[in-house]
Amino acid sequence: MTTPLLALEDLNVWFELPGGGELHAVRGVSFDLEAGERFGLVGESGCGKTTAMLSIMGLLPPNATVAGEVRLDGENILARGEETVSPHRWDDIAMVFQGAMNAFNPVQTVGSQIEEPMHLHGVAEGKLARRQAEELLERVGIPKDRADRFPHEFSGGMRQRAAIAMALACEPKILLADEPTTALDVMVQAQILELLVSLASDFNLALILVTHDLPVVAQVCDRAAVMYAGEVAESASIDALFHTPKHPYTRLLFAATPDLRAGGERVASIPGAPPRLDKPIVGCPFQPRCDSAFAPCATETPLLKKVGDRHVAACHLNDHVREPATA
Amino acid sequence: MSTNGSKPLLEVEDLVASYPVGRGLVGAAKREPKLEVHAVDGVSFALNRGEMLALVGESGCGKTSTAQSVLRLIETSGGSIRFDGQEITGLSAKDLRPLRRRMQIVYQDPYESLDPRFRVGATIEEPLQVHGIGSKDERREEVKRALELAGLTPPELYIDRYPHELSGGQRQRVAIAASLVLHPELLVADEPVSMLDVSVRAGILSILDELRDNGLAVLMITHDLSTAAHYADRIAVMYLGRIVEAGPTEEVLLAPRHPYTRALLSVVPEIRAVEHVVLTGEIPDPTRVPAGCRFHPRCPALADGSADAAGVADHCRGTALPVLPAADEHSCACHLVAALVAGGDRT
Repeated sequence: MTTPLLALEDLNVWFELPGGGELHAVRGVSFDLEAGERFGLVGESGCGKTTAMLSIMGLLPPNATVAGEVRLDGENILARGEETVSPHRWDDIAMVFQGAMNAFNPVQTVGSQIEEPMHLHGVAEGKLARRQAEELLERVGIPKDRADRFPHEFSGGMRQRAAIAMALACEPKILLADEPTTALDVMVQAQILELLVSLASDFNLALILVTHDLPVVAQVCDRAAVMYAGEVAESASIDALFHTPKHPYTRLLFAATPDLRAGGERVASIPGAPPRLDKPIVGCPFQPRCDSAFAPCATETPLLKKVGDRHVAACHLNDHVREPATA
Repeated sequence: MSTNGSKPLLEVEDLVASYPVGRGLVGAAKREPKLEVHAVDGVSFALNRGEMLALVGESGCGKTSTAQSVLRLIETSGGSIRFDGQEITGLSAKDLRPLRRRMQIVYQDPYESLDPRFRVGATIEEPLQVHGIGSKDERREEVKRALELAGLTPPELYIDRYPHELSGGQRQRVAIAASLVLHPELLVADEPVSMLDVSVRAGILSILDELRDNGLAVLMITHDLSTAAHYADRIAVMYLGRIVEAGPTEEVLLAPRHPYTRALLSVVPEIRAVEHVVLTGEIPDPTRVPAGCRFHPRCPALADGSADAAGVADHCRGTALPVLPAADEHSCACHLVAALVAGGDRT
């Protein structure tokens, strides 16, 4: 078996809470990613998708504890903390942070901010760095003479393009994009998503798109993982997730998503709320909201199991349906 | 409005709302003319009881300003707004007050619209106190009724809680309860679910749906066409301060006429892929509205030559379109569509 470009293996993240106690934000997440692949990480707020991305970057706050592996080309970059992560940060793995478009330094030109990672990582200096920054801006659809402008002279969509250019400054192999279009209008969103897809194919860039928006993932990605309460509930190709979901949460999430061409059909909300992550979870975390829960769900934690080609799901129903006569 | 002969609850005609724009110190010293931006620049529509109209468009298109003008939360600079037959644009604050309780608004962000120091019961009761309605016990009963309408049952479970003890969806239900406690006839919902998680959105929208079925007129402001598609009876699409197309939801979605509506519909991310018409550029600065059709600099029909072929390209660039009048039927403000319809009539 070939080594995947990036593999998360049983990743766990705990946050120490100020009043004592711990919040288990990421609970045993595993998935892998090939070069040039576009992978979606979907889930509701608080499900741990951003925390998982920050742990890949080694950028978790000091009150966080990480366990598990993040393997880049087979090497566990979490092995010795900052020492093993920092050589890869921005050089191999870069990130467009949530709200990055609003995080530019207002008193520095956009061009100089795109050059900054090049200086810091020794990629380019002086005129060369400037020329590369201008090329990047042009690649993301901004005229290069805008490099001398300040962030406030850019529209929201342009600032998001510039944030993407900045992430590409050191020619990474993997781009993590955290809710890159959430604050943008639908037309600008379409422009940014088109840009991400074309960058991924032009540079053979692997993309992880983090979003709460299923249709966005469906449009951009080849595969996706659906996260719930810090765990991967299901991971598969977009087609399989939509047509043959193997976890009730995936099915209900699609049913809760309004679709333009579904006519007058009503969408259905999922009753209840996700569980608290500062308390131990017994059984399946989705069980209290699930419409198909049965005996083992309340007590036994379902494990992520293979249910098809590159298709895994953590649901007791799959065992039940597959092997009805066991035990 | 024509179906049962009754008058619409809300009639908006040729509404204009403008904001002053700073001309800067240098501009003032040079005595340059004062600038203003027409956030709403000629909008007409009507809304019946028991109907939900979705005003859709990108940010800056004037949809929220339209809604706020309707409630007289911002001053209008032209046009007329009739609520239940009464012109409200010139009314004084005092004369407006009896009407205020008949029109209410739910805001986008329930994390900011609720006072963190008020218990749920106090938040919902406040409008009753402001309008001096009922005794203490009567008000308590009204608060419970409103909580139930908003799906927070049993009300006793929620009435003494603080907003921080509630989830986003529950907070938005509290905001809806506070807007319903005065038995309004018109409810403006400004992006009521855009801050909420997907799994709870449908719950909030179905409350509005039920209220509409019980006779409430709902004006929903949204940038999300998929939400409008599922819940609204009619859709009006706004671009740069104008309604460019309006009509029954299904007709607008299945047979969009205006090139802007077509493009907008095509880029809504969907689970099933469709071909996109991605427009270049962004909405122009509303202080410099383009001449002719205000959409023409970005219009795909001009770019692909179909406007030229129909012989309207010069009109698109130079002839301003009249304000789209309020109508029940599908209508659209576009030179090309007008030419094609006229051509179709002749043959």
